[in-house]
Amino acid sequence: MAKSNRLNKWLISGPPLLYLLIFFAIPSLIMAFAAFRFPGDYGGLLPLIGPNPETGANEILVNASNWRDYLTFENFGRFFEDSIYVELFVKSFWYAGITTLVCLLLAYPLAWLIARSPKKYRDLMILLVILPFWSNFLIRVYAWMIILGPQGYFTMAINQVLGLIGIGPVQLMFSHFAVIIVLVYVHLPFMVLPLYANLEKHDLALLDAAQDLGASAWQRFWKVTWPLSLPGVWAGAALVFIPALGMFAVPDLIGGTDGIMIGNLIKQQFLDSRDWPFGSVLSIMLTLAVLGLAGLAALIGRGGKRNAL
Amino acid sequence: MHSKQSKWLWAAALFAYAFLYLPLIIVVVYSFNDSKLNAEWVGFTFKWYEILFHDAQMLTAARNSLLIGLITSICATVFGTLAGLAMYKYKLRLLPLLVLTPIAIPEILMGVSLLIFFVMLNMTLGLVSVTLAHIAFCIGFVAIVVRSRLQGMDESLVEAARDLGATPVQAFRLVTMPLIMPGIIAGALMAFTLSIDDFVITFFTAGAGASTLPLQIYSMIRIAVTPEVNAISTLLMLLTLCLILLASKLAPSALRAE
Repeated sequence: MAKSNRLNKWLISGPPLLYLLIFFAIPSLIMAFAAFRFPGDYGGLLPLIGPNPETGANEILVNASNWRDYLTFENFGRFFEDSIYVELFVKSFWYAGITTLVCLLLAYPLAWLIARSPKKYRDLMILLVILPFWSNFLIRVYAWMIILGPQGYFTMAINQVLGLIGIGPVQLMFSHFAVIIVLVYVHLPFMVLPLYANLEKHDLALLDAAQDLGASAWQRFWKVTWPLSLPGVWAGAALVFIPALGMFAVPDLIGGTDGIMIGNLIKQQFLDSRDWPFGSVLSIMLTLAVLGLAGLAALIGRGGKRNAL
Repeated sequence: MHSKQSKWLWAAALFAYAFLYLPLIIVVVYSFNDSKLNAEWVGFTFKWYEILFHDAQMLTAARNSLLIGLITSICATVFGTLAGLAMYKYKLRLLPLLVLTPIAIPEILMGVSLLIFFVMLNMTLGLVSVTLAHIAFCIGFVAIVVRSRLQGMDESLVEAARDLGATPVQAFRLVTMPLIMPGIIAGALMAFTLSIDDFVITFFTAGAGASTLPLQIYSMIRIAVTPEVNAISTLLMLLTLCLILLASKLAPSALRAE
């Protein structure tokens, strides 16, 4: 019996495990390894096992007395040598951070209202939040290209108002403002859903109790609802911040030359410069940033839960 | 209860809904505008849809997207259902990690690592590499939907079947399977939608060998914005809407699984 149970376990979990090992885990490990290799003369990647062109060692691993014949830290050195790359990371964090904050400000009242609406409307209201999110990501970016474009009604209206107070016409496309607004737009549902899931579970008797004890509306929110909702806030923040951090299509289409982020640099290293080892270094840095944030969010989330209890 | 407060809240919520929907409505409206520019409204026309249906590149891209989506949804549903079952039945460490991480990390990371992987294997980038990549990132979504369906299932039904003499396989085939079927179908629809919609991972794994609808849209809107894109966007939205409404009918919890 025990034996057939173990067999069942492997029959069920084996195929997906194998597939994800081959098409997710191994490629990720290869990328981590590639970051320590030299780029090939024509771009791309040298074979993973083999000589380093600088030292010219050409016997595979048999002669691996010195690992420097095969591996290098130079790609990582390049990342920290030129402040451009670190600055771009900081800027991407800044964009993703502002995006998260604006999403929170927009999502909180909406999630609160849905959670306090009669039960029969809640599913519909939440479906209405999710639906736009399911339409193609590029279509949602494209919609903003129409709106922010120089001939869009929005741009013309803004410029008319600016014209009245004597400020010249502004270009909305290819600005930091444009990148942020579109990043907010494509990520907003990620913030509403966890907030709603959290707010829906609150015990409303707590608010009544606070009111009976003389708390104002603002105090009831700030001292009761807000601390209780922190786990939802942190979940939403992680769901918005992480994908926003790795974005390359939005800056590509909306940001112009000023608006680029880490994702654009990674894409450029892999497809244009074909410097795969350096591209891998950038990807590893992004991975480390994401893992660090996830760990931090888990820690804070646990703290938030403890406070709520 | 507090009318002043809720009025303010309603205003904020309406603003958020308008923010979510107005851009998409603009795309749909302009797809019927008889002007080459996405600016002034000139008059009603179907011509962008006509142009679309005669655009050979667009039709190839659509065929590729549907083909990749179909194969992806079949394979990802099989692997994802197994993963969901395994995660529900057994205490596992590695599988949940491998299933959930691709969902949590930025897509670009999976895209570039698969690019390196396929090129190292000397594979020609095209329909096959894209499909293999799509299956990998869809498994997790299917697994989550199936697991949540299993968690909502009444375990005593399976026990009853076992008491009545059903073998484990019979109990699974005759009781568990029909009960979680809506979840499996919802997962399949979700995988299809995710595959049809994916841009980032496709972008890195397609090479010059295969264009899909999102890749086609991307290259069009990078160069110039034309109303033909409005038309294809409208059609894609309609398709997604149908699939999602169908999925939410079958498994209301599926959509919230994320």
